Amino acid sequence: MEYILIFITAIFINNVVLSQFLGICPFLGVSKKISTASGMGMAVTFVLTLATIVTYLIQKFVLDPNNLEYLQTIAFILVIAALVQMVEIILKKVSPSLYQALGVFLPLITTNCCILGVAILVIQKDYNLLQGVVYAISTALGFYLAMVLFAGLREQMAMNKVPKAVEGMPLALITAGLLSMAFMGFSGVDGGLKLLFGLD
Amino acid sequence: MSNFKILMNGIVKENPTFVLLLGMCPTLGTTSSAINGLSMGIATMFVLILSNLIISLIKNLIPDMVRIPSYIVVIASLVTILQMLMQAYVPGIYATLGLFIPLIVVNCIILGRAEAFAAKNNPIASIFDGIGIGLGFTMALTLLGAVRELLGTGVLFKSDDFGIAGITLQGEDYGMLMFVLAPGAFIALGYLIAVVNKLRKA
Repeated sequence: MEYILIFITAIFINNVVLSQFLGICPFLGVSKKISTASGMGMAVTFVLTLATIVTYLIQKFVLDPNNLEYLQTIAFILVIAALVQMVEIILKKVSPSLYQALGVFLPLITTNCCILGVAILVIQKDYNLLQGVVYAISTALGFYLAMVLFAGLREQMAMNKVPKAVEGMPLALITAGLLSMAFMGFSGVDGGLKLLFGLD
Repeated sequence: MSNFKILMNGIVKENPTFVLLLGMCPTLGTTSSAINGLSMGIATMFVLILSNLIISLIKNLIPDMVRIPSYIVVIASLVTILQMLMQAYVPGIYATLGLFIPLIVVNCIILGRAEAFAAKNNPIASIFDGIGIGLGFTMALTLLGAVRELLGTGVLFKSDDFGIAGITLQGEDYGMLMFVLAPGAFIALGYLIAVVNKLRKA
């Protein structure tokens, strides 16, 4: 039950992009077409899940036992950067077709703040490994959902005439605001779910 | 280019938020009030100036192949120092800004300036570039924070973390709470950029 709650909360109620403002750069940058948005979404899902597992293990088995918690930021970002490189090399060898699909997005992911953000949040929220993984996957799915919805909206609007000053980024941001408002409709659902499942 | 020009370049011509559109996550995530935006801007400026200085000093020692990872290590170390300083001296605002302080590491403005400016220029010019871009970012965040705070709550420059009461400009009943929440961040920033676009054309 707890896992369902984490799942629904991370996708709809605390959507990583639309209510926590993590991963805005790819959200605004590669969302002009649904196909690229979905490619980016998949790449993030893959790396985010992997990165959360690795950083969790590093925190619990390297940093915590040696009282090196203050090195968290440095350790995590280096691990994520190395991991992205490794994933790229392995994918190229093992699954060229997947590499073709995700390839261009992988290098961009190192500086995607939702990877580092989720890795730190999992530690802050004191999740165990399984909860952390469920949280990472559902956050990534939330990212994927927001990306694809937003790209769909932008595709529809691409041909519309708008005032010159609003063209491009301002229009994208206002659209994102409306999408975010739609997601606000889910707030409070977690309280209901908690009651339903009899938690806390 | 004179140092003054470099400084103004960061604030006006290459304003990181309104012109280059970089570092959007903290811009949207920490500007629920003017003081929060200001604090985030100063925190980012601190890291930016020092990272520009250090990278400009060591640029000839770094092999080209491992350039980016080395920059990231420098930036991550500076962010860790900042985290410790903030935890010690301003714990309230540190808690409010929360996750976005460690996330300064992945702020593209900082890595971008390291790559585009500090790696090619002398330390003094790099410091000025850091100050200019940092001020540009701080001003943008403060402005966005002020707009959202004013529309959302009707008060300006209020901060519980610093115990500042703020200036009440309109009754609380007229606040549009949406502007303090997530959608307001996107919408307010969208309109601000549109206004800046319009002014730049004119």
